[in-house]
Amino acid sequence: MLPDPSSLSIVVFLIFVGVTLALSFYFAAKTKSASGYFAAGGQIHWFVNGIAFAGDYLSAASFLGICGMIAFYGYDGFLYSIGFLAGWVVALFVVAEPLKRLGKYTFADALNSQFQSRGITLAAGISTLVVSVFYLIPQMVGAGSLIKPLLGFSHETGVVLVGVIVVMIVATAGMVSTTYVQFIKGALLVFFSGILTILILQRGLKVDDRPEANQPQTITTLADGTKLVNGLPQGRGAGQGDLRPVGHITKLPGGVKETGPLGPFQYLATLQASEIVLWKSTPQKNADGSKTITYTPQPKPGNEVLRPGNSPTFKGLQTESTYSKLNFISLMLALFCGTASLPHILIRYYTVKDQAAARLSTVVGIGTIGCFYVLTLFMGLGAMTTGTLDLTDSNMAAPMLAKSFGELLFAIISAIAFTTVLGTVSGLIVAASGAVVHDLLGSVLQLGLTDEQKVRVGKLAAVVVGVIAIFLGIGFKELNAGFLVGWAFSVAASANLPALAMLLFWKGTTKQGITVAIFAGMISSLGWILVSAEAFEKVYGYAGKDAELMALVPFSQPGIVTIPLGFIVLIVVSLLTRKAAVGGSA
Amino acid sequence: MAGFGHGPAHPVEVEDPRVASRNARQGMRLFLFYLAFYAGFVGLNAFAPKQMESTPLFGVNLAILYGCGLIVAAMILALIYCWQCRSDQTLPPAKS
Repeated sequence: MLPDPSSLSIVVFLIFVGVTLALSFYFAAKTKSASGYFAAGGQIHWFVNGIAFAGDYLSAASFLGICGMIAFYGYDGFLYSIGFLAGWVVALFVVAEPLKRLGKYTFADALNSQFQSRGITLAAGISTLVVSVFYLIPQMVGAGSLIKPLLGFSHETGVVLVGVIVVMIVATAGMVSTTYVQFIKGALLVFFSGILTILILQRGLKVDDRPEANQPQTITTLADGTKLVNGLPQGRGAGQGDLRPVGHITKLPGGVKETGPLGPFQYLATLQASEIVLWKSTPQKNADGSKTITYTPQPKPGNEVLRPGNSPTFKGLQTESTYSKLNFISLMLALFCGTASLPHILIRYYTVKDQAAARLSTVVGIGTIGCFYVLTLFMGLGAMTTGTLDLTDSNMAAPMLAKSFGELLFAIISAIAFTTVLGTVSGLIVAASGAVVHDLLGSVLQLGLTDEQKVRVGKLAAVVVGVIAIFLGIGFKELNAGFLVGWAFSVAASANLPALAMLLFWKGTTKQGITVAIFAGMISSLGWILVSAEAFEKVYGYAGKDAELMALVPFSQPGIVTIPLGFIVLIVVSLLTRKAAVGGSA
Repeated sequence: MAGFGHGPAHPVEVEDPRVASRNARQGMRLFLFYLAFYAGFVGLNAFAPKQMESTPLFGVNLAILYGCGLIVAAMILALIYCWQCRSDQTLPPAKS
């Protein structure tokens, strides 16, 4: 669909960006030391840190990606919500307190607390960079998607704009400004998602039985890039056409046309007994070199929409395919184990005073994030049935749903979504610059930087990582945000969790075991992903069947193989190196 | 405080190794309990997806009830953990 920016959206957007930058410059004068820059001096209040956890964690994938997936495919998007939230249990019960006790600035600090090994620091520093970069791509892609309907700019301009603002946030006051941006964003996101959900329930459900609501639509991209919609040049003038927004109910239980306001359970139960239209997209290459995508309405009973297995990612769940089931289990395992392995989340534990504050802030984070994920179900289903979906961009489901309640709510939700990207990208850049300065330059290369130099080099690293993020956001424009985040979780869980868990719970862990396990987990999970059918299809551009033939692994999600592999490698290497050490000293 | 002047975050926790190990034990118990609950959800989705269509309560299907149950359970267990780890809880005297 063509963008339709309004001046109100632009004003609200500028206010949000202005407040964010003003906050960063305010804190900049107070942030001089490395501890202040990388860990906010360990002085953040636990409640602020808890909400900032939500601001850091609820990324573009959570807000835009999950709502979009639910709106397009039903229940399947909610599986991501559940996995993302469940991961916090590992963070609270297993990781929070020991990590706060052992570390100072980076994830490598904690792993290296009893070994002082350059190998561990190198492995953990590289792993932090790899996971952060993987996680950065979907955030930047999400920013590009958002800026188009909000301000009418191109994807590329959106990505550059986010990159510049984020670098300014991080380069001014590091973790302090990042924390408060995340705090504000987390609070606003949950609050306005709650408002949106109340409005959805108040509006209830309604049948759309207009014949045009069920008409298929086509979009053709000609060799010169010109687009035709339903055979007409894309535009809003005379003789032009544009895709119409979709998403509706064809039958409600009891034959009623409208329900009026509903409670949360009533809303779900009514949908369960309704008939809902999902849309199937069929791409096709034409003889003249043009490409056509045909969108066809597929009316489905509500009980099928609200069960697992409708999306391309999880469609195998409704079949007997063992590999599809393994793929699903593998993804859910990676989501469960990945949260407690994400460097930009882990470093938030260093911003609070002590273990009790680490614990309390995680509880606040779980409460906030949990509330949000329940709301994603209603926002996604609301978008699915309100006639606001843009068939070409699932990421815009939540903002377009807000637009159906008025321009102001659209402007606020879009600006919050934009701040969502800012908050998460800021956290990732702080984590990456900390890894560069503290781990790679300070500990591995032993450059002996002073406190002031660490801050200066940290700011420079933030600029470099920001520029890389801009290029990646433009280069991976076509990739789905939620899908990429799943990969980042797999790499983080495979590389980091075995090392962290075994360090905490097995006295036989050696420095060689940790170092080799991190590299083994990282390389195996990355390698698995890069030769999987999903990568061949979505990264290298092969068509569905060809991608499956090219794949070198039986399913796409690596976690079920590479997370246990990390543990096994750590145990074997530790046993071997411990024996050698004992033998050597005897 | 970095800003906004909201005073001391929390009384600094005194590091008692016994407290740390008690917290770790309690955390592990709650973790294993939740892990079993989560594994049940993943297993049902993977191997008995038809079961998720049943509507045991309020006309809402098991897929949504179980999913929301996991989210609410995480919140409740987090509060239980915090209560169990509160600093005024008495520990048995250390063995000399």
